[in-house]
Amino acid sequence: MSNPGKSKQGTRRRERLDRGIKVRSEDIYALNSWREAIYLLAPRAFPVLALLALALLAPLYWQRVLVSATVFALLAISWDLAASSGMVCLGQALFFGVGAYLAGIMNHYFHLPPALTLPLATLGGGLICTLLLLPVLRLRGIYFAMVTLILPLMVERIIEATKIFGGTEGLSGLTPFPHPLVESFITMAALWVALFGLRRIMASDYGLVLKGINDNDRAVMSAALNIYRYKAQALFLAAATGAFAGAFMTHAYMFVGMPVFALDYSILPIASAAVGGLGTLAGPALGAFILVPLSEMLRGLGGLRIVIYAVLLVVFTVGLPEGVFHYLRRKYTQFERWTEVGK
Amino acid sequence: MLTSTLIYGFINSVILLLMALGFNLTFGISGVANFAFGALYVTAGFLAWIALNTLGLPYWLAAGLAVLGTAVLAGLLYRFVVLRVRGLVVSEVIATFGVGLAILELFRFLGFIGFEYTLPELLDAELNLGGVIVDGQRLVILAVGAGLTLFLWVFTRLTRTGRAFRAIAQDEHTALTLGINTERVATVSVAFGAAYAAVAALVILPLGTIAVNEGYSVLVNALAVCIVGGLGSTLGVMVASFLIGYAQTITATYLETSWMMVVSLLAILVILLVRPSGLFGSQKQLEERI
Amino acid sequence: MTEPAPKPSRDEIILSVRGLTKNFGGVTAVDQVSFEVKRGELIGVIGPNGSGKTTLVNLITGFVKPSAGKIMVKGKDVTGWAPYAIADLGLARTFQMVKPFYQLPAFKNVVVALFSPRVQRLAGGRYGDRDAVAKDLLEEVGFERDSWVINKQASVLPHGYLKRLELARCLALRPEVLVLDELFSGLSLAEVASLVPVIEKLMVQGMTIIMVEHRLKELFRIADRVLVLNFGQKIAEGAPQEVMSQPKVRGAYLGSESED
Repeated sequence: MSNPGKSKQGTRRRERLDRGIKVRSEDIYALNSWREAIYLLAPRAFPVLALLALALLAPLYWQRVLVSATVFALLAISWDLAASSGMVCLGQALFFGVGAYLAGIMNHYFHLPPALTLPLATLGGGLICTLLLLPVLRLRGIYFAMVTLILPLMVERIIEATKIFGGTEGLSGLTPFPHPLVESFITMAALWVALFGLRRIMASDYGLVLKGINDNDRAVMSAALNIYRYKAQALFLAAATGAFAGAFMTHAYMFVGMPVFALDYSILPIASAAVGGLGTLAGPALGAFILVPLSEMLRGLGGLRIVIYAVLLVVFTVGLPEGVFHYLRRKYTQFERWTEVGK
Repeated sequence: MLTSTLIYGFINSVILLLMALGFNLTFGISGVANFAFGALYVTAGFLAWIALNTLGLPYWLAAGLAVLGTAVLAGLLYRFVVLRVRGLVVSEVIATFGVGLAILELFRFLGFIGFEYTLPELLDAELNLGGVIVDGQRLVILAVGAGLTLFLWVFTRLTRTGRAFRAIAQDEHTALTLGINTERVATVSVAFGAAYAAVAALVILPLGTIAVNEGYSVLVNALAVCIVGGLGSTLGVMVASFLIGYAQTITATYLETSWMMVVSLLAILVILLVRPSGLFGSQKQLEERI
Repeated sequence: MTEPAPKPSRDEIILSVRGLTKNFGGVTAVDQVSFEVKRGELIGVIGPNGSGKTTLVNLITGFVKPSAGKIMVKGKDVTGWAPYAIADLGLARTFQMVKPFYQLPAFKNVVVALFSPRVQRLAGGRYGDRDAVAKDLLEEVGFERDSWVINKQASVLPHGYLKRLELARCLALRPEVLVLDELFSGLSLAEVASLVPVIEKLMVQGMTIIMVEHRLKELFRIADRVLVLNFGQKIAEGAPQEVMSQPKVRGAYLGSESED
C-alpha cells in the first residue's frame, strides 16, 4: 500500500517470514532429508536429553531442585490445559492437594506402595476435583476463577477444623521412593507423557473443540457439541495432571499436610504460564524451569521471592504477553528483515 | 445464648457485607473482578496505622488519608495494569491477583507483622441489648454498614456519576454512545470499590490486629459472599452476607470457631448446585450477549 | 454435499411453535407466537427493530429458555432442551452478531462443527479428512479456494467472510432446518447477490430455511411465506406480497416510510 503521508524514498518496515526449512519440514521433506528431520526433532529432543543429563550429572541439591521444577512444570501444564479450554483456575493447589492427600491416605491407612498410590491418586484426584467443580462448569467467565481460588483455602481450614487425616499434624512417615534417581525418572517420565500427550490432544480436532470453547462457547454449542462434557473432560485431564504432582510430592517428602493447599502451589504455576507463554503447554513448563531454579537462587531473599513472582506475573501478563516460549519459537521458525514500503 | 447468637450473628453478617460490598460494586459496574481487593483492604489498615503512629496525625485526618490513598492506588491499578489487558478475562484476573499478592507479600517482607499494628477503637462505650453486652466498635460497624449500604443506594440513583455507573453496568457500548466516558467511570468504580474496602478496614480492623493474612481471608470472604449472592447484585450480596454470617455464628456458638469455614464452603457448594449463578445472579453470564 | 438425510416429503411439519412467550423482567420480547414450518419451505421472519425476531431465533434454537409455550422439531418436544441437543436434531443457526472462533484459521472453524456427534453419525464411521471437507464447504459459500484466505485466522477476516463462515459452519452439520439470523445484514449488495444463489441451491436440495431478515427485497424474491412480528406478537403470516398489502403490516413495519 502506498502511503502519501510518508517520505518519497519510502519507509522501512520489519517483515517476518517463515524460514524455508520450517516450511519444508512441514512437508514430505521431513522424512527424506536429515536436515529437515533434525530441524523438527531438535526442539523436542533437546529438552528431553538436557533434563536427563542434568538429572544424572548435577549435584544432588540441584537434582532436587530439578525434581521440584518438574513437579511445578506439571502443575503449570495442568493450569494451561484448563485455561486453553476456557477455565481460568486460581487454585491449582486444589488439584495438587487432593492428589497429595489421596496418596497419603492410601499409603498411611491402607499401606499401599507408591506404585499403586500414584496412579490411583492421579485418577481419583482428577475425578474428585472434576465432581467438585462440575456445577461451576455451567458458568462462564470469572466464576470458575473465584471458586477455584477459595476452594483450596477452605479445604485447608476444614482439615484443620475436623482434624481428619492427621489434622494440623498431617500424615508423616510415608513410604519414600527408593533412590533420588527414581524420583527424577518418575517426574521426567510424567512430564514428557503429560507434555507431549496433551499437546497431541490439543493439536487434534478434539483439542480444536476445547480451543473453540475458550474462544466462543456459544458457537460450539450451535455446532451440536455438548460443551459441558468437553469441559468436564478437559478439567479431568488437568486435575489428574495436578493430582499426580501432589501424589508424587507426598512420597518424595514422606509427608502430607495442610501446606499442600498453600497458595504457592496455585500461584507459581500461573506465574510459570505467564512467563513461559500461555496456550502452548510447553511454554508454561518452560516457565516453571525458569522460575523454580530462580527462586532457589533467590532463597536468601526470603519473603521477597513471592513478591518477585507476583511482579513477574504482572509484568509478563500486562507487558510481555507473548512469553518466553513464543519468543523462542518465533526466532526458531521465522526470520526478520527490513523491507522498503511505500516507494 | 439465643439473643447473643442473634445479635452477634447480625454483627458478623454486617462485617461480611462490608467486606463484600466494594468488590461487588466494582464488578457490578465495570465488570472488573478486582482480585487485589483483599490487599487494598490491608493497605488501608497499614496506611492509617502509619499516618497515626509514624506521622502522628489526628485520627480523622489519618482515616481520610487512608481511604483516599487506597482509592488512588486502586485507580492507578486500573489505569496502568487492568486497562492494558481490559477485556481479556484471564489477564485481568491474573494481573489484579498478582498485584494484590505483591502488595501483601511486600508488607510481610517489610516486617509489618506483630501485635503492635492495631487501629484505635472509635467508640468507647457499651450497649446492653437484652442482657448481651455489645462493645462500641461493633456498634460503629453496624452504623457504618448501614450507612455505606444506604449511601450506595442513594449514590447510584441520585448523582450523575452514580447514574453513569448504572448505565455502564447495563450496557457499556450504549453508555459510550450516550457520551459517558466508560473508561473514566470504570476507573472511578474501581477506586470507589477500594474506598469501600478502606472504610471497611478502618472499622473492622480495630477488632483485631492488622495482619497480612487478613488480606487473603477478606478476599475469600468477599468472593464467597458474591458467589452465594450472585455477582453484581447488591441485594444478593446483602442476603448472602446474612445467610453466611448467621450460619457462621451459629456454628461458632454451638460447634467451634474453626468450623466456620466448613459452613461457608458447604453454603457455596449447595448454592452452586442449586443455582450456579448465585441466589440473585441475573444469569447474565448465561442468557445475554447473544 | 449438504442434502438432508431423509427423503424430503413436502407435507411433513418439521418445526411447530405453539404459544411461545418470553419475558425479560417486565418486557415481553416474544408474545404468544405460533407457527408451523413444512419441510422444504423457506419462511421469512420480518419486523421492525426490537420486535423480537432474534429472541424468537434464540428460543427456537434453545439459547434462551421460553417462559411459556412449546417447540416441536420433527415431532419431538424440544422445549427447554440445550442448544447443542437441538442442533443435534438438525436445526442449525447462524448468529446475527457473528461468532467465529477468532483464534482459529477459517477452515478450522468449520472443522469444529464437522467434529460433532451428529456429523460423525450421519457420515457413518470415519469421515475422512475433515480439513478437506471443511475447505469444500467454504468454497461452496463463496471462499476462494485457491487463495490463502481459508487459512487465515478468523480474527483478521472481513465481515463478509465471517458471515459466510457462519453459514459454512451451519452447513457442516448437514442440517435439516437452517435458521439464518440476519445473514445479509452488514453485507454489500454485491455480497448479498453472491449469497442468494447459495441459498437458492439449498432450497433446490430441499433444505428447510427460516430467514430472519431486514433486506426485504432479497427476501421476498425467495421466500415462500413471511411471518411479521411487531412488539413480540405475530401480526401477519402469508405470501410476501399479500402480507405487505395488509394495512396492519404497513402501519407497523413501514409506518415511518408512509409518513414521509
